[in-house]
Amino acid sequence: MNAIGWLNPRSLNQEGIVFAIAVMLFVAAAIGLPGFIDPNNLVAIVRSVSVLGILALGMAVVIIGRGIDLSAVAIMAMSVAWYLQLLNTGTSDGVAFAYVLAGVLAIGLLNGFLVAYADVPAIFVTLATGSFVFGYVRSQLITQDAVPVPQGHWVELLGGLRFLDIPIEVFVFAGLAFLFFLFLRFTKWGRYIYFAGDNPVAARNIGIPVRPMLVLRYVLSAFVALIAGLLTAASLHSINTRVVNSTLLYDIVLVAVIGGIGLSGGRGGVRNVLVGAALIGILLNAMTIIDIPLLYQNLIKAAILLGAIIVDGIINPRDEQTAQQGDI
Amino acid sequence: MRLIKTLMAAATALAVTAFVVPTFAADDPGPAAYAQALKGKRVMLVPLAMGFDLAQGWAHYLKKEVEAWGGTFETRDPNWVVDAGAQAITDAISSDTRPDVLIIHAPDLNSYSKLMKKAQAAGTYVLLVDNPANFPADAFVGSDWDRLGQLEAEAAIKGCGENSSKKIGLVQGDQANSSSLYQYAGIMKVLDKHPDFKVVAKPDSNWDATTSRNVTTTMLQQNPDICSIIDFWDGDATGASAAIRDAKLDGKVFLVTTGGGEKTADCDKLADGTYGAVVMTDLARQSGDMNAIIKFLLQSGQPAGTSHTYIYTLEKATTKADLKPDSCWDLKALQAEATAK
Repeated sequence: MNAIGWLNPRSLNQEGIVFAIAVMLFVAAAIGLPGFIDPNNLVAIVRSVSVLGILALGMAVVIIGRGIDLSAVAIMAMSVAWYLQLLNTGTSDGVAFAYVLAGVLAIGLLNGFLVAYADVPAIFVTLATGSFVFGYVRSQLITQDAVPVPQGHWVELLGGLRFLDIPIEVFVFAGLAFLFFLFLRFTKWGRYIYFAGDNPVAARNIGIPVRPMLVLRYVLSAFVALIAGLLTAASLHSINTRVVNSTLLYDIVLVAVIGGIGLSGGRGGVRNVLVGAALIGILLNAMTIIDIPLLYQNLIKAAILLGAIIVDGIINPRDEQTAQQGDI
Repeated sequence: MRLIKTLMAAATALAVTAFVVPTFAADDPGPAAYAQALKGKRVMLVPLAMGFDLAQGWAHYLKKEVEAWGGTFETRDPNWVVDAGAQAITDAISSDTRPDVLIIHAPDLNSYSKLMKKAQAAGTYVLLVDNPANFPADAFVGSDWDRLGQLEAEAAIKGCGENSSKKIGLVQGDQANSSSLYQYAGIMKVLDKHPDFKVVAKPDSNWDATTSRNVTTTMLQQNPDICSIIDFWDGDATGASAAIRDAKLDGKVFLVTTGGGEKTADCDKLADGTYGAVVMTDLARQSGDMNAIIKFLLQSGQPAGTSHTYIYTLEKATTKADLKPDSCWDLKALQAEATAK
């Protein structure tokens, strides 16, 4: 059995299809677009999807465990906005960071607790906590949509960090991807996530601590969101909470799903996120080089997603055996 | 004799009184009419969102003035969501406390047209601020975006200079918002007159700083000799500036943008060289224009929807060289003033 599956047409799955599309796009852009294959442009592509990819890693772990975290973008933007606001009003760095860390932990725990112990569907819980986080921080803790990073603060310096002329986000994305890979593949709790995602009841019956693990996943997703937020602020020297209203959340789900992580849980891994992120990155970069207006960019992006899903549906039809209860 | 004296004295007194009375201010009909026309009137501002500098500045100046003449000032915060804004306007029109003046910051050319018509039919004067719309409001107060685009293009051409590559990049907002469309038209008008200057790329940022950074990175990657970039809003130009910084082209690419003239958003960034030029709106004056037209409409007695006035704010491209201590207004100072009360 081929691991990726795109060499053998019989085992062609969505990941394989998307990977093939990404490779074709890459080759076409490399031949047709001047400057595309330039190393600096390739670094720019990876960088442009780093924050998206980091958020998608957190999302992937939650989705594999048959959940979804719609509060990720709100946590990302609002935690960092609050942190910067505290710094701007003179709170010492350590105290401010401790507050924010505690806040992020609390929201992750709340998400996990409501899903695991109160048995509320994840989609409603995280939708609500996301709105709550945005509303509370925006109305009570910060005064403006955009909060600047104080001059000379470490977040600003972080944004200027380069190794071998490659921005720090790329390394953080790579590092986190590797850690998540190790976690999912080689740790006991990582393997358990697949069991719990595939069949929670059976997983519980064989003695896997399904509920505490669920809580852990939402906490993990919240922490990842904080890291993504810090990297965004580092690069832009400010954070704009307007991003909560943007399509970023859908893009995160898109990266995970287009890469082949089934929303029904139990399937996929870090590689799927990387494939999804690669496709989106190459696509956006090529379209920007060709100077396609944003409206058409969205249309093309959506058409490719739809195409991948349709092809997946034809090649891997759903039947009673593969369909699961709780399938979204 | 005594009678004559008395009569004369009385006549003098009368004459004096007759001459003096008109100069007593107490009988000037102005203030009374003013107070009668304005007292208790309601003014409501529905911006795109309350969380950014322009809206907070307008609200500050309007509130101060409206409350001073005995009116009520309210804001609604749709938080960038068009539907929420429509809901706020609908609720306002149908409520018992229907505003007498509705100030609307339109998200695009058409979304609120029907609602604004309804408001006027109910007797509410409608003011459009900042963003024009396909609707004959009682007054439009804001920038002439076409002219603003021309100023940006002129600043970019000047920033590039004669011996440059003469390549200009645009980071547009989107393809729906009038401020973005007209700004583009204005820029192209000027560039048509300077055929040696070329627009090498014109991606959209969708008003998002991260997108602005990504498209600018690509633009600079493809055209490292770009001499100037015009980003359509200071709210996302932080992204374009990050891309320029990352490409180590600080000082080589002249970044032009536009904004509300807030200190940290515009003047500080002009001072530290992040922006080359900013076409700034004089927010205090723009708010003053709104206040004047509100006072005029409420006293005019004319029904809502009968006048169509355009009051364009004077715009100017400011560079580091002509930066003055009062070039910008300070949101922090306004907020401090508001909390001190």
